[in-house]
Amino acid sequence: MEIKTDDYRIWHDPDSATVYMQGLLRLDGMEKYQSIMDVLLSVVDQLPSLTIDLRELEFLNSSGISMLSMFVVKVRDRGDVNLIFKGSDKVLWQTKSLKNLQRLMPSLVLQYE
Amino acid sequence: MTQTSPVQTYGAFSDPIPASEEYLTLNFSPNSAPRKQRWGNYGLSADFLGDYFAAFFPGDAVPHSKINQRDTVKAAVSYIANELLENAVKYNEDSSRLPISISLHLYEQQIIFHVTNYTNQTLAAKYQQFIQEVLSADLDAYYMQQLEKTAMGNGGSSLGILTMMNDYAARFGWKFQSLEKPINTARVDVLAYLDI
Repeated sequence: MEIKTDDYRIWHDPDSATVYMQGLLRLDGMEKYQSIMDVLLSVVDQLPSLTIDLRELEFLNSSGISMLSMFVVKVRDRGDVNLIFKGSDKVLWQTKSLKNLQRLMPSLVLQYE
Repeated sequence: MTQTSPVQTYGAFSDPIPASEEYLTLNFSPNSAPRKQRWGNYGLSADFLGDYFAAFFPGDAVPHSKINQRDTVKAAVSYIANELLENAVKYNEDSSRLPISISLHLYEQQIIFHVTNYTNQTLAAKYQQFIQEVLSADLDAYYMQQLEKTAMGNGGSSLGILTMMNDYAARFGWKFQSLEKPINTARVDVLAYLDI
């Protein structure tokens, strides 16, 4: 499962139970993130544990942050998924905004590399 | 075009903006091309502003961060300029045929962003209501409340301003001016102050 454009690439690696998000994401409003949301939801539907690797996601606009928060709340409400966000402490938006998603779901694991 | 009262300001609105040695303005012409075609240009412009202003800073280390000062300025300017432009475009009244503009002013320890767009009175009133709410609330609590609301699918697009305020510690000032012509139009000036 993969979404690829000139600006970003999102794909699922079943072996590591990881969804990778890379590049620049600044889509025009939350509804434009639906296809990405669909990938995340269909992957997490089959798994007890999921890692989202954001280390190479250099830019995410606030609509994208909204989409991630929506995903986090859906996973939180399911109650039986271990969710891990892998971030980079060299990407400013990740150091600024990811911690708020953890506040939505305290069991969310944030790993910075 | 004649500007008439009432003028309403909120937050920290410096009028006029203090003189700065370095500044840059981009004007976006009113355009009939579909928003989808234009959207990518706003992101490119925000990245350009980030690169342009980062060049004034050395690559000095920033305490408690693995990102040096130049890269921090670049990323913060790019994020804030992009969010401000996205908001200006989303709430612009395209039929006014008036341009959206963004200016950045550089000072020793601060960058001021100034964005102007034109909207209709209904959207202007909604925006002012949101501003009054955010200015009277505890920012951190209000932000988490809005994030939860957005996550449940009930949020507006107010999260952009809240991320700039809460995550980047940007301070804001707003000015709303009703115009005589075109009718039902308000000019919106937004100032965002980023300490560097």
